[in-house]
Amino acid sequence: MIPKTQGASGRGLPINFMAHGSSFVDFLAGTGQPAPGDPSMNRGSKTSRDFAADVMAAVPHATTIVALTYSDGVIMAGDRRATMGNIIAQRDIEKVFPADEHSIIGIAGAAGVAIEMVRLFQVELEHYEKIEGVPLTLDGKANRLATLLRGNLGMALQGLAVVPLYVGYDLHAQRGRIFSYDVTGGRYEERDHHAVGSGSVFARGSLKKLYRTGLSSDDAVMAAVEALYDAADDDSATGGPDLTRRIFPNISVVDAEGVRMLGDDAVGPVVQRVVDARLSQPDGPRAPLPGGSA
Amino acid sequence: MSMPFYVSPEQIIKDKADYARKGIARGRSVVVLQYEGGILFVAENPSRALHKISEIYDRIGFAAVGKYNEFENLRVAGVRLADMRGYAYDRRDVTGRSLANAYAQTLGSIFTETAKPYEVELVVAEVGGRAAEDQIYRLTFDGSVADEHGYLAMGGQAEAIAEALGTRWQPGLGLEEAVRAAVDALAVVAPTAPGPDQLEAAVLERDRPRRTFRRLTADRMAQLLGVPLPEGPAPGVAESPDAPASPGVSAEGA
Repeated sequence: MIPKTQGASGRGLPINFMAHGSSFVDFLAGTGQPAPGDPSMNRGSKTSRDFAADVMAAVPHATTIVALTYSDGVIMAGDRRATMGNIIAQRDIEKVFPADEHSIIGIAGAAGVAIEMVRLFQVELEHYEKIEGVPLTLDGKANRLATLLRGNLGMALQGLAVVPLYVGYDLHAQRGRIFSYDVTGGRYEERDHHAVGSGSVFARGSLKKLYRTGLSSDDAVMAAVEALYDAADDDSATGGPDLTRRIFPNISVVDAEGVRMLGDDAVGPVVQRVVDARLSQPDGPRAPLPGGSA
Repeated sequence: MSMPFYVSPEQIIKDKADYARKGIARGRSVVVLQYEGGILFVAENPSRALHKISEIYDRIGFAAVGKYNEFENLRVAGVRLADMRGYAYDRRDVTGRSLANAYAQTLGSIFTETAKPYEVELVVAEVGGRAAEDQIYRLTFDGSVADEHGYLAMGGQAEAIAEALGTRWQPGLGLEEAVRAAVDALAVVAPTAPGPDQLEAAVLERDRPRRTFRRLTADRMAQLLGVPLPEGPAPGVAESPDAPASPGVSAEGA
């Protein structure tokens, strides 16, 4: 793994460690260590639909992530279920991670590849910051993630797709921003709110009705939990809040002060409120119809 | 055809060592000391952008004196080694000891195998869970490693500074006392005490989760030192951190 070193003693720092550059991913590629996003990982040949279906049933897939902006920044929430075909692979998987001090990444898709990609992305951001002495801009970070995804395209076509959702507080623009991606590395900025993963269709519909500009952070957390509940209601691969096991959605908030992961003590009461309200109103809060009698 | 002069290996080593030592003594100093909450680094450095003190990993800091391009090379390589290990294994598998070893090997090879040794002296410090677990390694231009305890000074008139620091340092100093002791020690060899905007300072904070390295800004330093806040950037072009302390002597010379 570690190539030739400076000098004959053979135990010092390898020569390529002294080379110019501030990207950890590029550096890693030079050392020959395989990593997600490295095209050399994509050595498979089959791209048939059958094969992709086999892969779906054979490896855990992470499901729904939602994100929405609020008055001071942006929040992201993810359910806790991973599935392998029709099997629940894990009930308490974590899919929302701090990417650095001012951004959060959430993942849907093949969990193993995705979590490794998150780990690499976290190192990439920290590495750049340490080498250059300043962090990347939020756009720079978002573009970097797109590059990692693009490198994974071959595996995505074989059924191991990773679809991240990336949010951060832009210190220059002084607001929270949301970025979505496709498997080819396409990067799209979203306004106000977005969701990815198998339950995202239902979560997006829910968020659309619940979202309004300038939400407080408490209201934004509530809206995210409602959206995940709606996703779990209609998508079998998304896990609803598990009150018996006390497994709640992972919720993370980022504002000018940085990233905070909310603990169970903060999320638990919100989940309890949502579930209690659904006992009498199973479809959740009702939006008023303009001019309607309800 | 003339025969080359015979120079004994002892003489070659001695010349190289003298050369490196002189280069290091020309620059400004850095002090590293343990305090109650972790490890403190203070350097006399008027540059805001070219650092002598930096973060390597979660609990590991780096300080250097001498030629900027040389220690910057080593710093970058250290960050890569640490990030590489942390990514390949686990964050807790990145240790100051292994980094100090890699630096020692590299500096040793450069010293013996190249005509020009690196004119640098480094500190690799790792903050532990308790003060007794802190590790401070000092590496010199020839690859020697010393395991230091408590406090140290390097670069410039390091001996005089270390002596002054020795009279003030004791285990369990608070941050404010530690900063004052460090700055007073640096002032022993300077015509005037360095102001907050002439200082670069950072700490490895023991109780912080994950990344423990924090820079102390000029404002924070002014507050700790109990002096008025510096007003804006100093006039003139920022100096390189390896610029000599006394004007008129070129760092590139000799």
